Amino acid sequence: MNHWRSGWVAFVTILSKEIRRFTRIWPQTLLPPGITMAMYFVIFGNLIGSRIGEMDGFAYIDYIVPGLIMMSVITNSYSNVVSSFFSTKFQRSIEELMVAPVSPHVILLGYTFGGVARGLAVGLIVTLMSLFFTRLPVAHIWLTISVVFLTALVFALGGFINAVYAKSFDDISIVPTFVLTPLTYLGGVFYSINMLPEFWQNVSLANPILHMVNAFRYGFLGVSDIQIGVALLLMVIFTAVLYGYSYWLLVRGIGMRQ
Amino acid sequence: MTSAISIQGLEKTYGNGFTALKGINLEVREGDFFALLGPNGAGKSTTIGILSSLVNKSAGKVTVFGHDIDTDLMAAKRCIGVVPQEFNFSQFEKTMDILVNQAGYYGIPLREAKARSEKYLKRLGLWDKRDVPSRMLSGGMKRRLMIARALIHEPRLLILDEPTAGVDIEIRRSMWQFLQDINAQGITIVLTTHYLEEAEQLCKHIAIIDQGKIIYNTSMRKLLKELHVETFLLDCRETLATAPVLSSYACALVDEHTLEVQIDKAQGMNSLFAELAAQGIEVLSLRNKSNRLEELFLMLVDENAEKGVAL
Repeated sequence: MNHWRSGWVAFVTILSKEIRRFTRIWPQTLLPPGITMAMYFVIFGNLIGSRIGEMDGFAYIDYIVPGLIMMSVITNSYSNVVSSFFSTKFQRSIEELMVAPVSPHVILLGYTFGGVARGLAVGLIVTLMSLFFTRLPVAHIWLTISVVFLTALVFALGGFINAVYAKSFDDISIVPTFVLTPLTYLGGVFYSINMLPEFWQNVSLANPILHMVNAFRYGFLGVSDIQIGVALLLMVIFTAVLYGYSYWLLVRGIGMRQ
Repeated sequence: MTSAISIQGLEKTYGNGFTALKGINLEVREGDFFALLGPNGAGKSTTIGILSSLVNKSAGKVTVFGHDIDTDLMAAKRCIGVVPQEFNFSQFEKTMDILVNQAGYYGIPLREAKARSEKYLKRLGLWDKRDVPSRMLSGGMKRRLMIARALIHEPRLLILDEPTAGVDIEIRRSMWQFLQDINAQGITIVLTTHYLEEAEQLCKHIAIIDQGKIIYNTSMRKLLKELHVETFLLDCRETLATAPVLSSYACALVDEHTLEVQIDKAQGMNSLFAELAAQGIEVLSLRNKSNRLEELFLMLVDENAEKGVAL
């Protein structure tokens, strides 16, 4: 059988299995972020936002919408892969893949694109929800699409690495709770770092999520606290490094093979 | 005839320092029905794990139909179907989806995958359960599902690790028949089992592994020929206070109505009954104390343990 064709069939199998999984349990995966973000739009956007006034020349709700979409994308692309791949390990159904002639690249791409698919699906839901509250401008459509895709990919890969090392269900919630959430809240979703003292502005620049959120916001509003080229470069580097590391983990069978 | 499996100097030491395999050599011929027996912790599952890429070997060479697992792993994997000891499929997926997905991992296109899934679900009596989540299946159905899954890519070698564990006798016998049928069609089968009767019924060749070493490797026929003594339990009509003294049989009292007698193959049983009748003991029925292979297995493992102690 043709090696590439066989790999493509395996990739489509893993990806469609992943998409079926998160759509089958949509009340746990797709609905909650829609409802949560609607609350953010109502409370921070309309109720509190109307008293805050403008930020970087835009109404506060317009300013926070891109960040909130990005927050949903980050959380969902990460949690899809970490929970799905860890469950596969936990139930030992990972052995189905390990005994089959599936390249580690195919396994990795199948799971990460599953995470990207959920991240983008939730991002789309949140974007549609936001249209009930504001008319979202789009300044640079292709940049917006590129940034959201790369961000989903980076965090899907992060989720994969977390799942490889996880030994219990506690281990898959530690990073989202204690790392991703704080970094996202401090990543310029709700404020411009220009409001911070210079020292904290510089500290904020070390937060990769700040660059992602700002690049995404630039795609919509055309304003940013950071250089877009640097943000894109960072995302490409993160993708390459995390992909390489994930591939190495799979080849070595760490956390999977004795 | 070519080798389905060739193992040379296979060693495995786990991260905790435990050495599960101490340089085993093994050949399984194409078309064989091969039993790998051994007590718990002997190294059976480790050997199977290495063959199926679930365990990394520490040293040695393994080829499957001539494909070296170090240099040609993907080709080796295509030749093997594995039925593990533990259930290892998603509990949430439907029976049919498990098979279709597994076919997809082997690069089989969806239409063909569905056709093969239907074929094997029907052959294993699971077609009416195709839309049932796997967690709803009984233990026997789950075992059959794993066999169907292992066959979905139509491998040349099927490896089964304790396939009938926890399965009732009726299903066990239907699984035996199924395995004999596919072996007759040319699929090489390697089986580990705790039911020695199963190995005796099904297998052409046998290897016994103990403490990480192959201690016996021969044909089943030859192995059983080597068993000279069988132990029988005799149910007697009379109430016995002590075991009778017999001229050429070792005899012991199990309870007041049961005797345990060891009989050499060359001896026959007529003289035993004659001696018992002469002492006024009437035998109502008799049965093997244990399976013949079981006796030999225990003897070999005991001998190996003694050697280990002597070393």
